[in-house]
Amino acid sequence: MALAAVKKSGRLPDLSRVPAVDEVGVNERVARFQTRSIKKSSKVEALKLILSMIDLTTLEGQDTPGKVRQLCQKAIHLHDTMPGLPHVAAVCVYPTMVSVAKEVLQGHDINIASVATAFPSGMSTLSVKLDDTRMAVAAGATEIDMVISRGAFLAGDYRYVFDEIVAVKEACGDAHLKVILETGELGTLDRVRKASVLAMHAGADFIKTSTGKIQPAATMQVTLVMLQAIRDFYHDTGKMIGMKPAGGISTAKLAVHYLVMLRETLGNAWMTPEWFRFGASTLANDVLMQIVKQSTGVYQSSDYFSKD
Amino acid sequence: MATPENKLAFDGGWEYDPAPESTDHINVAKRYGLFINGEFVSPENGRYFDTINPATEEKLSRVADASEADVDKAVRAAREAYRTTWGRMKAAERGKYIFRIARIMQERAREFSVIESLDGGKPIRESRDVDIPLAAAHFFYYAGWADKLEYAFPGRTAKSLGVAGQIIPWNFPLLMASWKIAPALACGNTVVLKPAETTPLTALKLAEVIADAGLPPGVVNIVTGAGKAGAAIVEHPDVDKVAFTGSTNVGRGIQKALAGSNKKYTLELGGKAANIVFADAAIDQAVEGIVNGIFFNQGHVCCAGSRLLVQESVADEVIEKLKDRMETLIVGDPLDKNTDIGAINSRMQLEKIQSYLKVGKAEGAEMHQSSCRVPKSGYWCRPTIFTGVSQSNRVVQEEIFGPVLAIQTFRRYDEALIKANNTPYGLSGGIWTDKGSKIFKMTQNIRAGVVWANTFNKFDPTSPFGGYKESGVGREGGLHGLDAYVKLGA
Repeated sequence: MALAAVKKSGRLPDLSRVPAVDEVGVNERVARFQTRSIKKSSKVEALKLILSMIDLTTLEGQDTPGKVRQLCQKAIHLHDTMPGLPHVAAVCVYPTMVSVAKEVLQGHDINIASVATAFPSGMSTLSVKLDDTRMAVAAGATEIDMVISRGAFLAGDYRYVFDEIVAVKEACGDAHLKVILETGELGTLDRVRKASVLAMHAGADFIKTSTGKIQPAATMQVTLVMLQAIRDFYHDTGKMIGMKPAGGISTAKLAVHYLVMLRETLGNAWMTPEWFRFGASTLANDVLMQIVKQSTGVYQSSDYFSKD
Repeated sequence: MATPENKLAFDGGWEYDPAPESTDHINVAKRYGLFINGEFVSPENGRYFDTINPATEEKLSRVADASEADVDKAVRAAREAYRTTWGRMKAAERGKYIFRIARIMQERAREFSVIESLDGGKPIRESRDVDIPLAAAHFFYYAGWADKLEYAFPGRTAKSLGVAGQIIPWNFPLLMASWKIAPALACGNTVVLKPAETTPLTALKLAEVIADAGLPPGVVNIVTGAGKAGAAIVEHPDVDKVAFTGSTNVGRGIQKALAGSNKKYTLELGGKAANIVFADAAIDQAVEGIVNGIFFNQGHVCCAGSRLLVQESVADEVIEKLKDRMETLIVGDPLDKNTDIGAINSRMQLEKIQSYLKVGKAEGAEMHQSSCRVPKSGYWCRPTIFTGVSQSNRVVQEEIFGPVLAIQTFRRYDEALIKANNTPYGLSGGIWTDKGSKIFKMTQNIRAGVVWANTFNKFDPTSPFGGYKESGVGREGGLHGLDAYVKLGA
């Protein structure tokens, strides 16, 4: 890796002061969120909020302009037969697809997120990662989802990971930076907490769990640990950081559990698409199905919901 | 650290709609007699008393007020059953009956949960997820021992004692009944049990289960009533063993009454447990443990972590996080599935808790309560913490038995240890640290029956439970729990 290319930038946080995480305790707390019973109007409210927090995503080698156009249409027209629904927060695509998305989403209040920095592995030089980022921003991305160098992190080279995030943040310009920790490769919740602290101090606007390419992707456990890191950072600095669990959240029920966790960990200020996102490709239709069920009393076949 | 500018806000915004558990599947009679010799009978003096729902103060049912004569009838029925059926039955057969009780309890778990929450005020989440499953688990566990006593006491012979008189408290009504009845039956004894006067209903429903399970008449007798009925059980000359769970004061009286008699006894009494949080602990999980330690079951828990000892270097952080967490606790309708803290069990207990809140403030402590709304009728207490208290204060020394936590700080582990042990009680304790060696160092030196490490209020039928000092005599649960119900021979 081109370590020399990384400028020494900013103060590395003292990771020895990051509190320990006890996995058993985390599991118990998560189980408790899942026993919350969300019914009636609070359920409808939650489902609509979830829709508005979705980063509708396609990140595949087989992506084409045609596929991305369809995804953008879905983002604009979630379920037009049901009036009054919010639209999703963003579409999330590869850098080469950003211009296509921009064209379709013209005039709509939907963000364009692009993964960058040699997504998903991040195994490239800093200069390639910076070029990748600049290209996506130049093409019209308003949000950049970068991956951290997990190899360097696991090898203990926190300075490298930190400086890399700082450099990418700079390359983002006005675009929001989401930092993907790829928690499925970090192995322990202690490391998830450390990586969260590192990313926030380096300038992340959002921290994000996963690329979706590694199992396990988002879990409530890692999300809770990251939310608690966000809370402590807010206490220490007064700065709010956003959270994006991504990958594996495909049912409305599970997404509601995440909202309960968000509400009881960070409070109301974070309950908006500005501060919380779901990275998902199939979640929207399940949420739509539940919303329709709440208003009609019956489940409709999935054939009544567009699959783009 | 949190300042007014960067404080989290938990009020307003998205709120949970009520999600009440339905009550239309339960069956509570208008009036209950005494369960003696396999059937419900009227009390000799014809007296009944109301049992109410502490969340609404509405009457749920009327139950018999047993007199000395009723207790005598129950003990005679138990003696007769011991002599003619249960005491002579093959151990494997006994086991089958106990397994049957466990299975019926599981089948009727939903009904038991709802009634437990109605009668006692505890949140349905706890009666559904903790009380009732654990109660059934105790019957399953001891059913398995019934025909294996020779393995429980290798090289010894274990003989049953005869009639066990059992008196249980109002904080875990069905669970405590199970802790007492299951080992007694497994060892071949018969039982006279008195539930607490504010929470008799699930014990009476258990009587139905026992009848449905086909136990011979008189093997389990359930008599409801107040302290007088309890005293009659303790003092009855034909009772061979007394098991009591409740206050230290009453326990002391029982011990006096039993002095010089041949009766075996176990007493599970009060507590004032220290929950000790070291600076290297997983802080967020420790905060969760503090919450579970003191706010579980409204703090009506003898082994509650009612004293928090937190290392000074993290004290501000822990207290701040605890206050945030308290804001998310929902106090209200025990039957709502989202309720975290239910109703205080009785007016008397509420008044006792309130008097301690006054004492704490008068002693100069700083009191903080969560800002949640509480219902207008019923008995409620917001989750409460006291800071700025010391070992010299009554709120640190005395058992409050409510959702009230006294917080002190310490600098070194030996200081924590001195404070933790500086109490007349010794039922439980908790240690929170990321360092294994510290766990062993502390747990070996804390004088308490149960010490949890990086968790709190965990119960299992296989694990013995009981106190040091004024917290009691004897152990219940696990292999140790059998010992209280057998006579060991060579």
